[in-house]
Amino acid sequence: MTTIADKVVAARAPWSGVVLAGSTIEIVDLEGNQAVDCLFYLAADTAERYSAPETMTWQESIFLREGSVLRSDTGRPLLTVVADGVGRHDTIGGACSKESNTLRYGHHTRNQHACVENFLAEGARWGLGKRDLVSNINWYMNVPVEASGTLGIVDGISAPGLAVKLLAHEDVLTLISNCPQVNNPCNGFNPTPVRIVLATP
Amino acid sequence: MTDAPPEGPTGSAAPASTGTPEAARLHARAQAGTTAEHMPTLPATGYPATPSGYDPADLVWAERVAGGGYTHRVVAAGTTIRLSDIEGDACAHLLLYREGEPWERINVADTIKVQWQAYLGPGHLLLSDQGRVLASIISDSSGHHDAICGTSSRRRNQERFGAGSPESGSPAGRELFILAGAKHGLGRRDLPPSLSFFKGVRVDPESGTLGWVGSVGAPAAVELRAEMPLVVLIANTAHPLDPRPGWACSTLEVLARTGQPTPPGSWPRTVTPEAERAFLNNDEDRVARAVGGAS
Repeated sequence: MTTIADKVVAARAPWSGVVLAGSTIEIVDLEGNQAVDCLFYLAADTAERYSAPETMTWQESIFLREGSVLRSDTGRPLLTVVADGVGRHDTIGGACSKESNTLRYGHHTRNQHACVENFLAEGARWGLGKRDLVSNINWYMNVPVEASGTLGIVDGISAPGLAVKLLAHEDVLTLISNCPQVNNPCNGFNPTPVRIVLATP
Repeated sequence: MTDAPPEGPTGSAAPASTGTPEAARLHARAQAGTTAEHMPTLPATGYPATPSGYDPADLVWAERVAGGGYTHRVVAAGTTIRLSDIEGDACAHLLLYREGEPWERINVADTIKVQWQAYLGPGHLLLSDQGRVLASIISDSSGHHDAICGTSSRRRNQERFGAGSPESGSPAGRELFILAGAKHGLGRRDLPPSLSFFKGVRVDPESGTLGWVGSVGAPAAVELRAEMPLVVLIANTAHPLDPRPGWACSTLEVLARTGQPTPPGSWPRTVTPEAERAFLNNDEDRVARAVGGAS
């Protein structure tokens, strides 16, 4: 493998880039328990994008782990998880937003930074807008669903240095928000940097 | 042009010829009054099977949607939309948008996360991405619904049933949503993950595996109250996780009647603290838009 990019994404910041078909993107949780919100778009037609429901339905499980095929809203495989040090990632919880924070925690959180802000700002650089935001992946986030249906973001199971690596099957535009949420345990109440490594075979 | 009054026979007897425009017109007009199992009733107040508790005079939408069909409407704030599985095998896939501002739309992730509950039921609010309530579930005699699997894709139905196009015998929900959305100026980018009613899915708490629960049987009904003016898209087609080898989906009845949004202090505003704040966001928005500040 040849490394073509190796970047540290600051705490609370976005990142974007195109991962070419046949190459890999690795996301490293440098300090542990840092949620990394992530969306993928088919670079050739960004109206086709990652679909959490398609992904979960085809694999008949809510958790993403090694072997999970990340699918678009047409069912097309976009990427596959080829290595995973954690064993469980979320794709039902979506992204935090200023607006949903007012419901979840109260209107005092309205002015806090949020993942939707990162997605909008970074997406705008590629001509994407609000219509292009859909249910995303939350790498390293732990969201169990109990038998009663009660679900929630609980303490993480990641640790410093753990990584997830994805192999792209198409050229995919990748949007990342290094989650700034401080009102729940998704980032251990302390957002930290993550590392992104792009490599070709 | 000016339409002349009907000249030829109406009802069952068809004219002999369609060889001239006049004859073709007679032929076409002779079809008026035909009824079909799946059709809208206009005006809705004439729907012949109004359920108990509903005054036919209040109906603004009455339709029977075939398995594999779709429907769509704009409804006023306060409208109650009653979805009914009258034969036991309907599956109503639903998307909601704020009327006139469709970039505000249902957010399934927020709908389950904010309310700490993955399974839809009475009192569950269908939330927009702007922290507001699009609709509230005000009654539910099924309890078998799904906010995880979304709807079916053409690729998945092609693989499972050999076809997934809208005109096929196993239409994919996404294909139907593309058509329904187009009629409101919406494109593929406007189609987020959807909800579905009348086919249950449950998550194994340990493994995260999705388990099929399916239908509770007929009759079953869900009532949604529009808490703001909405564009409603409904696709009635087999659930993507339905394990049966053949595509199957039966009639969905859709009725709607006029009403008012949930007033302050009333259930389900008070069902959770998150719900109370969501309705506060609705109230703030409505008051700010109202001429003269009237609520």
